[in-house]
Amino acid sequence: MSLAAEVRTQYEVVIGLEVHVQLLTQSKIFCGCSTRFGDPANTHTCPVCLGLPGALPALNREAVTMAMKAALALNCGINPRSRFARKNYFYPDLPKGYQISQYDEPLAEDGWLEIELNGAPKQIGVTRVHLEEDAGKSLHEGFPDSDRASYIDLNRSGVPLIEIVTEPDLRSPEEAYEFLTRLKTMMLYLEVSDCNMEEGSLRCDANISVRRAGVSEFGTKTEVKNLNSFRFLQRALAYEAERQIKVLEGGGEITQETRLWDSREQRTHGMRSKEFAHDYRYFPEPDLLPLTITEEWKEEARRSMPELPAARKQRFMREYALTDYDADQLTHSKALASYYEEVVKQGPDPKLAANWILSELMHLLNDAKKDITESTVTPRNLAELLTLIAQGKTSGKMGKEILAEMFASSRRAEEVMAEKGLRQIDDVEMIAAAAREVIAANPRQVEQYRNGKTATFGWFVGQVMKATRGQANPQRVQEVLKKELA
Amino acid sequence: MPLTEKDVRYVAELAHLDLTDEEIRKFQPQLDAILGYMQKLNQLDTTQVEPMAQVIAPGGVSLPLRPDRIHESLPQEVALANAPEAGAGHFKVPSVIERE
Repeated sequence: MSLAAEVRTQYEVVIGLEVHVQLLTQSKIFCGCSTRFGDPANTHTCPVCLGLPGALPALNREAVTMAMKAALALNCGINPRSRFARKNYFYPDLPKGYQISQYDEPLAEDGWLEIELNGAPKQIGVTRVHLEEDAGKSLHEGFPDSDRASYIDLNRSGVPLIEIVTEPDLRSPEEAYEFLTRLKTMMLYLEVSDCNMEEGSLRCDANISVRRAGVSEFGTKTEVKNLNSFRFLQRALAYEAERQIKVLEGGGEITQETRLWDSREQRTHGMRSKEFAHDYRYFPEPDLLPLTITEEWKEEARRSMPELPAARKQRFMREYALTDYDADQLTHSKALASYYEEVVKQGPDPKLAANWILSELMHLLNDAKKDITESTVTPRNLAELLTLIAQGKTSGKMGKEILAEMFASSRRAEEVMAEKGLRQIDDVEMIAAAAREVIAANPRQVEQYRNGKTATFGWFVGQVMKATRGQANPQRVQEVLKKELA
Repeated sequence: MPLTEKDVRYVAELAHLDLTDEEIRKFQPQLDAILGYMQKLNQLDTTQVEPMAQVIAPGGVSLPLRPDRIHESLPQEVALANAPEAGAGHFKVPSVIERE
């Protein structure tokens, strides 16, 4: 299913995303049931989220505040008045037969998020951010009678969601991936969601179309669903773009439809489409009055926002003289950025700290499949190691060994250094003694050196390092050798 | 524009109602009459009236809000008590398949 590169370059891919983010409130959006994930099925329900007749919704104030924080971070304008609406459709995990969502009067509109791909920044428009309730969970597999029955768990029914809709501004699957990554980082910074894709707290659908380069109108789009990992998103979109180009190249037409990504077969499937499947007959939710957002409430949300990734990156470059790349890498995760600042607070050189965290520590964490929050090396201990290196008590090379041991055993740098004999020999007398031994044992090389073959110098340094089992301070070795060989 | 039999079929489909041809022929004039009656309301001049979805006038009362506190939920067996079929702590429904 490969397409000639020159055919592909004749087309432009246009992508817009719809992202659902579960908010981290304690209780559901319209009732006081717990939002906790992973508990026994149907133990967090009440008449409201079961959709029992007569039950009335009461809006959770915190869900609105969190949604506002997300919207403000995405540079959206908050509407002073918004409204809830009923989206009507039948599905077993939707007990009321409608979802309470927002339609023509959303909470927030007209924002943007900046992405960066290959060093070029680009603003992606955010059409709207609105509040809605989640549906329950349908389980189609895993039970003895799954061939004839679906199982429904309503614990998730009524968990607050925000839906973030982008403009069709994304031009490649890579840009879509980058957007979602930045969006996730933002939500994690704001602490409004844990964005755990496996648990469904971040979900993404994509609208995608292709058009011949230079054509201004959009092509017919398809909606791709079931993109439940970042990797799937990129693969599914790449697959779908190629599929559409092939259809068009073959003289066919794209059918506007919903397609599901099948990760096992690595392809998208058209869903059985009924023309009226999208007639949701929205109407204003009669059980909820319009939502009024006062200036004070909006300011309260704004004040509770932390420093956002872009601002933190700029500050890191300014305060710690980091490169754009290092600052970007460090601020990509809030936890990593905070770890870095904890290390720097203890005194070591900020650049040295950035290098060690981004290369050595990340390497160890990746190998152990751990997150920075699970690091066995505390910021204080890493700072201690960096100080030992800066003071010349150990070398960079030995430092790596010490760090690996610290990581494995959660011990302090000094302790590991002493125990493993990884202390750097800085004592001029000790180094001179080793140098003299090397010189005495190699009269031929000494002769060559003194006759002007200065390249031999490096060989002497190597020999002294070897004699000290790599522990000598190379700087000192050079100084001593220069004197001894003169 | 009068409501057609096609409209009745469409609305019935959306509401998951299986209607016989005979029922459709019966409901078409009934639905048409109801909508026709609603047309009477359109004769009123409402240009000076702000649209509203609730009987409480806009700006009068704002939406009551609830603090983010957890209340006790129903025990599982109570939640499932009305289910026509249940199993393994879940509601059970005839299998739903979305794929083609």
